[in-house]
Amino acid sequence: MSITTAEPRSSRLRPAAVGKFAVLGIAAFFTLAPVLWTLYTALTPADIDTQQRSFGFAAFADVFTQIPVWLYTWNSALVTLLIAVGQMLSSAMAGYVFARFEFRGKKWLFALILATMMVPMQVTIVPVFMLIRGMGLADTLLALIVPMIPTAFGTFLMRQYFMGLPDELAEAAEIDGAGPWRVFFSVYLPLAGPSLAIVGILAFNFHWNEFFRPLILTISEQNFTLPLGLVTLQGNLGTGSVATVLAGVVLSMIPAVLVFVFGQKPLREGLAAGIGK
Amino acid sequence: MSATAPNSTRVVILPKGADPAAHARQSRRASRILIWVFLAPTLIGLGLFNFVPILGSLLLAFFRWDVIEKPEFVGLDNFAELAMDPTVRISFLNTIGFVVVAVCLQLAVALFLAVLVQSVMPNWLRTLFRSALFFPLVLSAASVSLIMAYLFNQEFGLVNEMLGWFGVAKIGWLTTGFGAKIVVLLVYVWQNFGFTFLIFLGGVSAIPREVYEASSLDGATGWRQFRMITLPLVSPTTLVASVMAIINALQIFDQPFVLTRGGPGDSTRTAVMVIYESAFQNLEFGLASAIGIVLTVLIILVTLVQFQLSKRFVFYG
Repeated sequence: MSITTAEPRSSRLRPAAVGKFAVLGIAAFFTLAPVLWTLYTALTPADIDTQQRSFGFAAFADVFTQIPVWLYTWNSALVTLLIAVGQMLSSAMAGYVFARFEFRGKKWLFALILATMMVPMQVTIVPVFMLIRGMGLADTLLALIVPMIPTAFGTFLMRQYFMGLPDELAEAAEIDGAGPWRVFFSVYLPLAGPSLAIVGILAFNFHWNEFFRPLILTISEQNFTLPLGLVTLQGNLGTGSVATVLAGVVLSMIPAVLVFVFGQKPLREGLAAGIGK
Repeated sequence: MSATAPNSTRVVILPKGADPAAHARQSRRASRILIWVFLAPTLIGLGLFNFVPILGSLLLAFFRWDVIEKPEFVGLDNFAELAMDPTVRISFLNTIGFVVVAVCLQLAVALFLAVLVQSVMPNWLRTLFRSALFFPLVLSAASVSLIMAYLFNQEFGLVNEMLGWFGVAKIGWLTTGFGAKIVVLLVYVWQNFGFTFLIFLGGVSAIPREVYEASSLDGATGWRQFRMITLPLVSPTTLVASVMAIINALQIFDQPFVLTRGGPGDSTRTAVMVIYESAFQNLEFGLASAIGIVLTVLIILVTLVQFQLSKRFVFYG
């Protein structure tokens, strides 16, 4: 932090800038290097006999022969997208109510909702498993989806966002005769795009990468998600190659990277608007 | 959703001389319906899949249950057992130690880098750094741990190879207790500081540039500006960021599970790992629930303490 402290005034900027970019450059190197190494290793599998490394997609082909990648990808995509859409809807509605309406017990309810964030999923997984069995959803993809539609964090985020929008919007619409439903759907919801995007993107990112719940809630292989499938691949580590496992890792990263590339802006702006104020 | 709901209300343009009170009443009733319809999915969902399971866990903590036999009421036995069990104790100590170091590191690194990224530089460069720094966040903890296990491998890992260039002997990163702790910590912070960084980016960029310019005119620079302006003005952000970081870190599971399975010995065993092992390996669901309750109480206490502290130290300008 001591960027510009004791330097004489004339030469203050240059060493400061150099130091700043050096630090950021090193940090960026450390965050990207392991990923680039993974990509490199997956693309240069070692020959089993000669241990000679050569460029090629053989390791990726191995992944497809060892696990049903398409099935796992489809399962992951379905679970992840439905959760994301469900969370966007449920959190927009609940967040809007907490931001813009007064009713008895509101503070209490909101505190209770936030309190659920403090109980780790691992603590409640056994009763959740029993509930799901009772609902006849055991070993289905719905078992992964339904419990995750309500979101305390999303509700919190959407509430923050809606609180930041001016009351005048509602007042103006009401003067024009709009009822409360119309005020929400025609005035506030269309403005909530950035915040909805962050709820959706966070949900996608979290559930695409999720490991613990699928491990416990799915039993038959046809319901496995991609991360579970990767572990199957990891199980072959003794006989298979490092390159194959890492090729699987690379494949599972692709959607996450796409979200990162295309969803970065709403993610950042949403976070800034939601909680980083 | 948006296709059907607007039909339920019609745009009512009040004719001159209409009863505004009646209109307000009608609107109030519509609002009440809206409130509960909108809250229903969240309240029912969280109630069914969070509160009922929480109560279930609370109840289960007083029973001995292995799924096969009928649950047997054992009073506080599970709590007594967990208090006596050295593995449980060590895993909680591990978790607390881990949280303290990981969260401090995460907050410091994230704030430091957020301030640097938000300082004066060309926009494309800012975008580049920002993207690189929060990239690990989008990866799965399991995948990252898999990658890092290879990188920190004692025999053929890249880390030891690179250290070898400087004449450092091969370190047993994952085979010694201290080494394994360090790796779990680094892997966790590597992946998670990006979230804190994002939160801080918002906080730092919300500080008006004029404040810095004014203080520059008064002769304040670098460290002094950071200390007197940045730090107080991002303190509400720091509170949010630290609460979330602590809650997340207390639940660490994926990294030690994939990297070390809690070993060597118990050196990287964490609270959630012990819950998982008690429940799904030893089929002691009652004991697992009891441990889970202790962890939850810990999380709640930390949060309460933090909000109390924040009343004293957080500056809401």
